[in-house]
Amino acid sequence: MAEFKLKIRRYDPESGAAPYWDEHTVDLEPHRSVLEGILQARNEKDGSIGVRCSCRAAICGSCGVRVNGKPGLACHTHLDDALASAGEDGVIEVEPMGNMPIIKDLIVDMDAVHWKKIQRVTPWLIGKEPVPEREYIVSRESMIDVTQSMACIQCGACVSDCLSMEVDPLFVGPAALAKTYRFVGDPRDAAHEQRLKDLSEDKHGIYDCTHCFKCIEACPKGVAPMNQIMRLRRIAGNDFHIKDRNNGERHEMAFVNNIEKNGILHEADLLPDSYGGKFHPRAVPELIASLPIVVTALLRRKMTPGKALLHPHKAPDGVKRIFEIVEGREERTEFNLYISGTDADNAPNAEVAEAIEATEPAAVAPDGTEGSSA
Amino acid sequence: MKVAYWPGCVSRGFTAELHGSMAAVAPMLDIELVELDRANCCGAGVIAEHSQELADTLNARTFALAQQEITKGADLMMNICSTCQGAQSECQQRLDASAEYRAQVNETLSDEGLEYQDGIINKNFLWVLVEEIGLDKLKTLVKQPLTDLRVGPFYGCYIVRPTDRLDINRAQPRDEYLGQVIETLGGTVIDYAGSHKCCGFPIITMNKEASLEQAGRHLGDAVDAEADCLVTPCPLCHLNLDLQQPMASKQVGRELNMPVLHLPQLVGLALGLSPKELGLQHHVVKPTSVIDWSQAVVGGVSGW
Repeated sequence: MAEFKLKIRRYDPESGAAPYWDEHTVDLEPHRSVLEGILQARNEKDGSIGVRCSCRAAICGSCGVRVNGKPGLACHTHLDDALASAGEDGVIEVEPMGNMPIIKDLIVDMDAVHWKKIQRVTPWLIGKEPVPEREYIVSRESMIDVTQSMACIQCGACVSDCLSMEVDPLFVGPAALAKTYRFVGDPRDAAHEQRLKDLSEDKHGIYDCTHCFKCIEACPKGVAPMNQIMRLRRIAGNDFHIKDRNNGERHEMAFVNNIEKNGILHEADLLPDSYGGKFHPRAVPELIASLPIVVTALLRRKMTPGKALLHPHKAPDGVKRIFEIVEGREERTEFNLYISGTDADNAPNAEVAEAIEATEPAAVAPDGTEGSSA
Repeated sequence: MKVAYWPGCVSRGFTAELHGSMAAVAPMLDIELVELDRANCCGAGVIAEHSQELADTLNARTFALAQQEITKGADLMMNICSTCQGAQSECQQRLDASAEYRAQVNETLSDEGLEYQDGIINKNFLWVLVEEIGLDKLKTLVKQPLTDLRVGPFYGCYIVRPTDRLDINRAQPRDEYLGQVIETLGGTVIDYAGSHKCCGFPIITMNKEASLEQAGRHLGDAVDAEADCLVTPCPLCHLNLDLQQPMASKQVGRELNMPVLHLPQLVGLALGLSPKELGLQHHVVKPTSVIDWSQAVVGGVSGW
């Protein structure tokens, strides 16, 4: 047994009092979880600590909290690991998740945010018509493809730390968009295009994600919601050619074409092209709005008119060739490490092979002597 | 040391002062820059959202060009952009994971006679400072310590997440390096909410309000924490935090006036270079507080 100090964030909105920190010392084996620590404090010290939990085995998704500022499952975080990531005072900080209203202490209102967003994306399979007489036949590869998004246990850790949602509470968000991929990646679903069109046209949909990787870092189940959002964008743009009014697809294509032409990014073209081109009605107000910035940048010689208007850098032939070959392929190659694993992971009995190698007799040289190649 | 140097696109475009200040600082740190002038854009995550293989192949090309320099004696590849670091690391992770996939990518590169061999070492200038040059060595080079300059670190998402891909762990706390460098240069590190958050730049054309709200909020937090300036290793963050700061200020409805320095500029100031040599006059938000500081110190040293 060992002693651990837990500092728990307490808040009861109904009391009218401000949030405060509450410190308790618990006595548990170091490999026990932070959740067990919280429960010991509640059971032995203060019965009023609010915490939600159920399975205690990282599968029900109830005990999402922030430990030392990082979101995760309290039942899936060992006390010794939590201590190692604690501040210099050696106190483990436990707070409720972010981006959601607090009901009490560590319990947040998942209904108000997380579940509303899940419902927003039609989280069920829309079957194809006519319904087959027997079961739908789905290839193994297609189902493996959606296993990563199916691994989600709805704990809300990604929602808690989403930086887009922090400034735009209407953002559909990582969990619901990962759920969307679960159906867009499923060949039995009949509404791929509709789903993508809906979420591309929504200003708070797939193009509202900033690539901040917070959700990938937060997820205790390896769902990597941001990667699922990028897959949705690939399918929306490449397969369904959905030209959304938020300029998501236009920006992507403006960037890709910019590099094909220049090899390195020519920023002066990127902005107008993302709005459809310098003379596009959509671009004109944007360009006028950015005029004061352009003028300041010119005055400070941050950019020169020559650099902005001319294209001094042309893509080398090698770059053009890459675009020709890869963009010319009939099917996109998508290498998903979650599914494929690395060569080292896939080596047949990698550890056994190493052990065998170590015990094998040294190679015999042509002259019959044993030894190294030297 | 000698590095195969990938400056990136924005550092030669809208934030040319970054490339310039790196070139000014490198010899003082005994870094020889061999510029990869034929290399290409990393894709900044945008090409990958269009086609992963395209992004992987483009970056494999840059790595292959860097490896040619490494064969000729460069120690490693160095970049000066958080976004390049993250986007390139992401592609490298896939390329290094599978010999089969790498062979497919190398087949595309073979027309140009290039081949990527797995395991390239590609480090941002920030990592090179701490891991290759070392803070002890850096400290001995400081001529004009940043005494009393209050500096807020701003990392950029791509250089701090995901931690496993970027080899960030307790033994190698790369997400704390900016603070360590600021301290080594004699400055005061400002702790504020936005240091590891997103500047909002990637969605500036898709959801401008949300993008500027992010930049404005972090800058405002730094103002509230009484920072004199921010420092960032990411030129894309610099675009949203400096170039767009007047717009961000309107979005959040408060005055900001927070100068944002590129990492080599901050290092350069402490190593004794003048603000002008480091291109500070090109910033949209005039780094008055920083320049006042450096001139006051220069004044102190010369004895008036």
